[in-house]
Amino acid sequence: MSGHLFRIDADFHLPQVAISDLLPYLNEHWRQQLIEREITSSPFRLTSYPPNSPLTLNPAYEGLDVSGALDRFGTGIAIASMLHGVVALHNPDMRAALMSAVNDHVAKAWLDNEPRLRGSIYVSGDDPAASVAEIERLAGDKRFVQVLMLAMQEIHHGNRHYWPIYEACQKHGLALAIHAGGLYRVPPSVSGWPSYQFEDYVMQSMVFENILTGLAGEGVFQKFPDLKVVFLESGFAWLPTTIWRNDKTWRGVRQEVPWLDRKPSEILAGRVFVTLQPCDPPGPDELRQTIKHIGGTDMLLYSSDYPHRQFTGDDPLPEGLSEDALVGILAGNALRAYPRLADDPVVRRAGETLEAPA
Amino acid sequence: MTRYVVAEVAEFPDKGIRRIEVAGRELCLIRLGDEFFALMDVCPHGGAKLSAGRLSGTVESEGPGDYRPCRTSEMLKCPWHGWEYDVRTGQSWSDPKSTRTRAYSAEAIAGGELAKGPYVADTVPVEVDGNYVVVNLPVSAAR
Repeated sequence: MSGHLFRIDADFHLPQVAISDLLPYLNEHWRQQLIEREITSSPFRLTSYPPNSPLTLNPAYEGLDVSGALDRFGTGIAIASMLHGVVALHNPDMRAALMSAVNDHVAKAWLDNEPRLRGSIYVSGDDPAASVAEIERLAGDKRFVQVLMLAMQEIHHGNRHYWPIYEACQKHGLALAIHAGGLYRVPPSVSGWPSYQFEDYVMQSMVFENILTGLAGEGVFQKFPDLKVVFLESGFAWLPTTIWRNDKTWRGVRQEVPWLDRKPSEILAGRVFVTLQPCDPPGPDELRQTIKHIGGTDMLLYSSDYPHRQFTGDDPLPEGLSEDALVGILAGNALRAYPRLADDPVVRRAGETLEAPA
Repeated sequence: MTRYVVAEVAEFPDKGIRRIEVAGRELCLIRLGDEFFALMDVCPHGGAKLSAGRLSGTVESEGPGDYRPCRTSEMLKCPWHGWEYDVRTGQSWSDPKSTRTRAYSAEAIAGGELAKGPYVADTVPVEVDGNYVVVNLPVSAAR
């Protein structure tokens, strides 16, 4: 059945553009800086997925380019991100210029050429003013459907420091997407730096537990009542205990955070979405149990995590999902997560194979 | 109903909380100004003795960073989990808006945009008769 349904892939990665290929998108000053300082030869890579690592390349896509990968699983729309290392630069002006160049490159090199791709406005959490300016600069291009930040920041995502970014997201109907990963100057663990990549990788999902609690506790969902948040590559098997701990604790300390006028689980409903891959319940039984504990599949978004090796076999959809839930998981939930998709021409053409947004 | 004298008004301090045993029952007796309230001295959530809790107000908010204290001293916080009980009604206020009922008078819910919970502590009618605090218990409660 799922083979006939419209699919919106919420986590689809574009290959990182070389710095030298960003030169056409930069002004004279930054072109000169990059060339004279030989920065054009710097890879600026975020290193969880080195390009030639076996973990990076899923054999399901062997020999396929981006369009072939979209064909492979019948993807109707893929929300693409280019997780470029320029986000980790300290120089705020160079960082802003290069991030703008990355976003412009995505639009010109990818969105213009593959009508199934939608874009992310990639921003730095370090400089909300620059990030808001970037959102304002690109918001008119409706192919951008989300604002993309990395999970590990120097300041917690719930903090008011970021609220101008969230306000801009809400204003323009852009989802706030938070992707696993960080700046490599912030530990992936709240208890300090691990020694091995093994630890770093496992700890990524724990960061999202902190982010979820912070967004809820600091009142982001009350302050921005139309803001939608998407966690990318967060896993989700941790949700039951985290949400339960939020609810339980809130009952006893409600007076400290009186803007939480309902249980946190009720505040989060319809506001936070998580991608299916990597699917962290180990098997179909555990997946069904997780879904039971979180009260359904409304927050799950289909994702392939292209081109990364998160699944084996012929379909990114894990076993254990009910047929009834597939329409929502494959597309209907994404229409609730991404306000701009409601008016997307490809979505409109898909018509009745889609669940109507609530 | 049987009336039991449980305290002398003059000896009961304002905002005082006492555990009282009467007719085989344990009550949590509370004074707020000239008013007295009594709850059965067991938290309906986890069984703690409410008389070991503290009187508190509650807080309303229009949004993050906005705090509007209200119902000063009219909430009894359970010593175990901090759940709040309205001393006037025994109603827990630590749960969703969806469980709110319309059973309260306007006076009782002044500042009442808050959520009421599923748990209700048993309340016992109290009156002041001259110099004494009197509770009214059903006859069947006398053991």
